[in-house]
Amino acid sequence: MLKDITLGQYYPVKSVIHRIDPRVKILLLIIYLVTIFMADNFISLGFIMLTILFTVFLSKVPFKVILKSIKAIIFIVIFTSLINIFFNSSGNVLIEFGIIKITDSGIATAIFVAIRVFMFVVISSLLTYTTTPTNLTDAIEKLLSPLKVIRVDVHSVAMMMTIALRFIPTLIEEVDKITNAQKARGADMESGGIGKRIKSVIPILIPLFISSFRSASDLAFAMECRCYTGGHGRTRMRQLRMTRTDIYAAIFMFVVIACMIVLNHFASFAKI
Amino acid sequence: MENIIEFNNVSCSYEDVDGNKTPAVQGIDLRIKKGDYIAVLGHNGSGKSTFAKLCNAILLPDENMGTVIVNGINTVNDEQIFEIRQNVGMVFQNPDNQIVATIVEDDVAFGPENIGIEPSEIRRRVDDALTKVGMYEYRMSEPHKLSGGQKQRVAIAGIIAMQPNCIIFDESTSMLDPKGRQEVLSTIDYLNQELGITVVLITHYMDEAVRAKEIVVMNNGEVILKGTPREIFSNVEKLKLIGLDVPQVTEIAFELNKHGFNFSEGILTIDDFIREFKI
Ligand SMILES: Nc1ncnc2c1ncn2[C@@H]1O[C@H](COP(=O)(O)OP(=O)(O)OP(=O)(O)O)[C@@H](O)[C@H]1O
Ligand SMILES: [Mg+2]
Repeated sequence: MLKDITLGQYYPVKSVIHRIDPRVKILLLIIYLVTIFMADNFISLGFIMLTILFTVFLSKVPFKVILKSIKAIIFIVIFTSLINIFFNSSGNVLIEFGIIKITDSGIATAIFVAIRVFMFVVISSLLTYTTTPTNLTDAIEKLLSPLKVIRVDVHSVAMMMTIALRFIPTLIEEVDKITNAQKARGADMESGGIGKRIKSVIPILIPLFISSFRSASDLAFAMECRCYTGGHGRTRMRQLRMTRTDIYAAIFMFVVIACMIVLNHFASFAKI
Repeated sequence: MENIIEFNNVSCSYEDVDGNKTPAVQGIDLRIKKGDYIAVLGHNGSGKSTFAKLCNAILLPDENMGTVIVNGINTVNDEQIFEIRQNVGMVFQNPDNQIVATIVEDDVAFGPENIGIEPSEIRRRVDDALTKVGMYEYRMSEPHKLSGGQKQRVAIAGIIAMQPNCIIFDESTSMLDPKGRQEVLSTIDYLNQELGITVVLITHYMDEAVRAKEIVVMNNGEVILKGTPREIFSNVEKLKLIGLDVPQVTEIAFELNKHGFNFSEGILTIDDFIREFKI
């Protein structure tokens, strides 16, 4: 069962969105997030929602899969919405009991914020659905490379990310092994109160720590044997290359922003 | 023939916290020729791994205590360390702890990337290396989804992609199941026989050592025996004395000889045994 976990959540199909250069994709995602923030009325927001649905459609990632990432945050969204409903006291009062007033603008804001957060999550998760972890870390390394000027070791950061991703499944397997080993010695992990349960984690955590340090030193040693000395003078097999798809993506983004600005201007009556 | 690795009376010691030095290997004098297939035997702590680390300049001999020459380069030469490590690759025990990347082919590319090879050439080498170890169809897989033997073959491909003259296997089969072991061993044989790569196989398994052309036996940091498998395993008593086993057939023949049989010394395979038994 543990063998089934995949790194990140890459969804392997061929689509235009998959084809976009990961660097461009990250930049466009950031712009998209800003654009979502810019929408200040329901009409603009509706428009953005349509463009996002369109992007999802282009990516060929099934909606069922996307819904999974929405499910993960649904409680946070409900919670924030409730706060908005109960504590926003402007607008016409609809129901009132005690200190709590529910107003029409409170409900509107709650819905608005909820939609906004959902769109945030959908568009961000689309990046990880359509980009392999390798490409993602490569792109981050490239995008952060200007930071080299202020002496940030960008290569090492990217290398750490890669190794972390690489070792997550290994560590999970290790936890599984240690848990079984402790159970075989009679450790009881399933019963008792919170305090007892937390205590029962310690016999797993300590061996895990020790074995990770061991793995780390083995790995460092193996990397050294393979001539690794950091990012200096290193080449890459996989070259990121921009194509026409990236230009189309940029144009699409540009059109979305332009429409946004126009809609924000003319639909100010629907402002929140 | 040329020597790929040359040990001239080498000693090497680790320093403990108090600054005391205990030699892990001492007085090693050894020549490994290009194309050789050498097995290194010895019980735990006999200095096998230390010997391996001396071969690719991870460790250096103690000062004035001998020299290690790899392909004509003294390992103390700091500037040529890349050349040394590219020439002498190493595969370790735990396959999980030597794979760096999240995708098989990226991992194989890691070594060539480090020494600054052109991207198109890396591509060619990676495909070539993966084909040689029979893992080409798994090139896009995630390492954690492979079996132990497959992971170990990926690790070997990562070394082959650097086009080394020599590969050292430090107990590379000891964590594998019998099937994985067989896969890796036949890959190693292929590397040596078909590609002419020098192989140094450090192992605890006697039946693995038998595959080599020459065996080196280490004890307490010293080389105490050296010779063909037949020569080595003729010394059943000496090997037992330092806590090593001999292959099962060899032992049976040895014990039978004590009871008046007349097997020749150092019988290694069941086939040989049967042949002599019939006569
Ligand atoms: N990093 C180290 N620091 C201090 N002493 C060490 C270190 N590594 C090894 N030693 C010591 O050096 C000696 C030789 O160790 P080495 O690892 O070479 O043995 P080995 O033959 O590879 O053993 P094994 O079969 O267990 O792998 C041992 O006595 C060991 O305790
Ligand atoms: Mg060892």
